Amino acid sequence: MPKATSAKKTILFLAATLAVYALVRFLETSEIINPYWQRVLDQALITTMGALGLSIIYGFTGQFSLGHAAFFGLGAYAAGVFDKTLGQGSLPMFVVSLLIGAAVAGLMALIIGLPILRLRSDYLGIATLGFGIIVKVGMDNSSKFMPVLGGATGMSGTPQLANFDWVFWFTFLVIILVRNFVFSSYGRACTSVREDEIAAEIMGINTTKVKVLAFVLGCALAGLAGGMYAHRYPFLHPSSFDFLKSFDFLLVVVLGGLGSMTGTIITAISWVFLLEGLRFVLGETFIDFRGVIYALILVVAIIMRPQGIFGGKEAGFLIPKPLGSLAGRKGGGNAGSAT
Amino acid sequence: MEHVVDQIINGLQLGFMYALIALGYTMVYGVVKLINFAHGDVFMVGAFVGYFGFSQWGLSFPVAVLTAMVVCAILGVVIERIAYRPLRYAPKIAALISALGVSLFLEYFSSLKFVFGPNYRVVQRPFEEVQWHLGSLIVTNIQVMVFVTVLIMLLILQFLIYRTKVGMAMRTVSVDHNAARLMGVNVDNTISMTFAIGSAFAAAGGVLYAIAYPQIHPFMGIMPGLKAFTAAVLGGIGIIPGAVLGAIIMGQVETMTSAFLSSQARDAIAFAILILVLLIRPTGILGRTEPDKV
Repeated sequence: MPKATSAKKTILFLAATLAVYALVRFLETSEIINPYWQRVLDQALITTMGALGLSIIYGFTGQFSLGHAAFFGLGAYAAGVFDKTLGQGSLPMFVVSLLIGAAVAGLMALIIGLPILRLRSDYLGIATLGFGIIVKVGMDNSSKFMPVLGGATGMSGTPQLANFDWVFWFTFLVIILVRNFVFSSYGRACTSVREDEIAAEIMGINTTKVKVLAFVLGCALAGLAGGMYAHRYPFLHPSSFDFLKSFDFLLVVVLGGLGSMTGTIITAISWVFLLEGLRFVLGETFIDFRGVIYALILVVAIIMRPQGIFGGKEAGFLIPKPLGSLAGRKGGGNAGSAT
Repeated sequence: MEHVVDQIINGLQLGFMYALIALGYTMVYGVVKLINFAHGDVFMVGAFVGYFGFSQWGLSFPVAVLTAMVVCAILGVVIERIAYRPLRYAPKIAALISALGVSLFLEYFSSLKFVFGPNYRVVQRPFEEVQWHLGSLIVTNIQVMVFVTVLIMLLILQFLIYRTKVGMAMRTVSVDHNAARLMGVNVDNTISMTFAIGSAFAAAGGVLYAIAYPQIHPFMGIMPGLKAFTAAVLGGIGIIPGAVLGAIIMGQVETMTSAFLSSQARDAIAFAILILVLLIRPTGILGRTEPDKV
């Protein structure tokens, strides 16, 4: 009976999640992972949340965005400044500030997305890149209209309330949310827009609405991730949210494989660990080579797997049952072209 | 009023420099539909080679420029061969990520101590800056040199593209790879040639940039590269006069904003104008809109 297996799958998924959580907590308490690697792990999970947002926008809806870090930064600053001035370390306010971070990023995405999402492919990419640079300039000069934001000197003083528990369970929620969205009728509409916008339009899909919806949701997730970042790392600086950071999200989504949540999640986590791992492996003498090796890995990986590491594949637990056979057969395969 | 004219001249100097870089972006985009993010870093390598040429290897200035152009042309061809050709018929985004990787590689590799080193270097100009006062206007010999060089290069390019076989091949490849192949065009060689010419132009731009704004470092290519690319998009990417037009507009916007508004708002205004232009003309000022195929 399909229903029973579906329930079984859900239970397995929950059990696996709990097991991972318990394992990390165990390693943490038994001091096998030191606080340094704990921070790296949290960073990896926060990156995962943000990258899943871009996965919705680009991987599933095919809208090329090069400004994702700007929304991440907007969320970080909004949540940070709200909690810094009003929260004073209370947990409910922390959660409210996270939602505010997501809302600010989402609202900005709505305002900017409505006009620019009519652009196509590379033109959309460069417009979002330009938006990202405008936001960065805004952050650099933010102290002029709101001194608490600190401008180019950066902002500190956000209560550091986000520990591993918060980051982990929020990432879990985001994964569930994205999975349910992607396999909802809205998500299917997104995929159809990615595959062929005109065909989707003919099938009666309001493509503008779908594109804006995906963009707002994806950017809100970036904002949520940003809010978490602000509560985990005490110092916010505009340079952490510039366009090079947007490329980080992009390469995670592309290397993971467009249209694969599994790919995005695994690549986001391994990419962050790879970067920190290189620092560790190379040691003091060869640390200068870190950037070179990072770049080489990137080029070699994409030449070996142009469709991404998990191109079109999805782990079983991320596919709801009724669609299982469908997605298993074809998957979100040829998401490739940026056009 | 004179102040405004002075700023227009400064803006032209910057815009012409952007034009040299934007041409490479737009030519490459025209033939392979790829945003070559590594182009800004080829520009940086050109600036360094030129600098070493006239300050350490004892070459005369024109020879140093030519050396930089040759080195970068080879570099451009090698980059295309290694990093883009295997991905030519893969999804477009794969080549873009590869370009990002090459860009990071050039930046970090150049920062290594035994290559160019991570520090800023001050460029000693091989000749003195001379100012000429025309009425109340001030024009420097560097500005004249930039204008003249860029104009000559544009004429050469115009000749190459419209009067030679290679240029004809490039125009054919930009329309359709397979049709070009059927017409007997060697597509691979033509694409290599495009990268060579584009990179050589970027190198010339790099050396001029180092002379005009005498400070170089391994990450200097990022912002000019991005601005030049934006200029190419603004004018309509893939269209050569568009790149020059876009670059001149970018140069003017930037200098005007820094001079009369605020130098910090410079980038924001430039990109805001880009977004506004794209909203009115979604494929750039001179861009052609292709009808959707059903």
